[in-house]
Amino acid sequence: MDVSDSVLDHLRHVAALPDLSGTRYELECEIGRGGMGVVYAARDRQLDRRVALKVLDAALAGEAQLIARLEHPAIVPIYETGELPDGRAFYAMKLVAGARLDGYLGGSPSLGERLRVIRRIGEALAFAHTRGAIHRDLKPQNVMVGEFGEVYVMDWGVEAVAGTPAFRAPEARLDRRSDIYALGALIEFMLAAPGVAAAPPALRAVAAKAMRADPGARYPDVAALLADLERFQEGLAVEAWSEPLGHRLQRFASRNAVLLWLLAAYATVKLALFFWQTR
Amino acid sequence: MNKILAGLLFGLFLGALDGATAAFYPETRNLMTGILVGSSIKGMLVGLLSGWFARKVQSMKWGIAMGAALGLLFAFGVAAMQHEHYLEIMLPGFVTGGIIGFLTQRTGTPKLAEKREA
Repeated sequence: MDVSDSVLDHLRHVAALPDLSGTRYELECEIGRGGMGVVYAARDRQLDRRVALKVLDAALAGEAQLIARLEHPAIVPIYETGELPDGRAFYAMKLVAGARLDGYLGGSPSLGERLRVIRRIGEALAFAHTRGAIHRDLKPQNVMVGEFGEVYVMDWGVEAVAGTPAFRAPEARLDRRSDIYALGALIEFMLAAPGVAAAPPALRAVAAKAMRADPGARYPDVAALLADLERFQEGLAVEAWSEPLGHRLQRFASRNAVLLWLLAAYATVKLALFFWQTR
Repeated sequence: MNKILAGLLFGLFLGALDGATAAFYPETRNLMTGILVGSSIKGMLVGLLSGWFARKVQSMKWGIAMGAALGLLFAFGVAAMQHEHYLEIMLPGFVTGGIIGFLTQRTGTPKLAEKREA
C-alpha cells in the first residue's frame, strides 16, 4: 500500500462517518454495526455525557419510535431522535458500559447468574410483546450486561430485519413466537458456553420446547417460559420435561434435604436407644 | 393457615407419633394412653411456641434451633416428673422439636403476610 492508497482509505473512512454538524453530538468512534445501522460512541455537548448514537437508513426511522415506546429497565432508553444533514435518521441512547453477552459468557458466570440474565432478557421481551413490539433479531450480540450486572436488550428489530440464522425461527413470517424461539436458542447458547459442567436436562428441555419447529408447540408466550424457568430455580418440575422417577426422587431429596436429615436423626436416635435398652 | 395453627397441628401429630413409639417397649404397653396424651400435649406446646417464634423470626436455622431447644426443655420436664428415663425421653424430644421448628418455618403464613391478606 503506497501513500496515495492510505490517503484514499482515510478519505473513504472519513466520508463514511456521519456528519453530526447541527446536532449536539460530537463523534468519538464506531462501536458496532447492528441491524440496519451503525452505532457510534459520541459526546453530548449540552449535557456533557457520553451516549451511543445509532445512525439508520432513513427508511427505518420508525425503529427509534418503536424503541422509544418501550420503557423498561432491561431495554436501552432512547434520549433523542433526529435527522442528519444527509437525510439519514439517528437516535441517541444510553451508552452501556459493560460486555456483550457473548463476551460476558467468556468470564464463565455461574448457572444461577446465567439464569438471572436470561430472566431479565425474557422480562424485556414479555414487556415489548405487551406493547405490540417484537425483537426479530435476538442474539448474544444484541444483549449487553453492564458493569453492575444490569442487562439490556438492544437493536430492536424492524420489518426489514431477517434475523440471524442460528437464532432465527424457521417460519417465514416472524411474530412473538419467533422471539420465543430466539430466546430458546439463546438459553441453549448460554448453557453451551464454558463454565457450566453439564447443563441440567430440565433446562435443556425448556430451550428445546421454546425452539420447536412448529410455533404452536412452543410456549404460548414468554411469561410461560419464564414461569418454567422459575419452577426450575425453585426445585420444582418444569412443564417442558416429563422427568424420570430417579430424577424426580433426586429433586425431592435435594429440595427436602434438611427435613430428611432431621428424620434420619430421629430414626437414628430411636434405633440407638432401642438397641441400647434391649442389649 | 397461620404458623401457630400449623405448629399446633404438626406438634400434635409428631408428638403422638413419638409417643406411639413407646409401644416397642413391652414395659410401657400398659401406660400407652397416658404416654400418648402426654406426648401429644408436649408436641402441641412445642408447636405452639415454635409457630409463634416462626411468626416473629423467619430463619430456618433459628427455627430448628428454637424448636429443638423447646423440645428438649419440655421433654426434660416430662422426664423430671418421672425421675427416670431422661435420655429416652429427652433425646427424641430434642429431635422432634427440631422437626416441628423446621415445619413451622416451612409452612404457614408469616405474620406480615397475614396482615396484608386481611
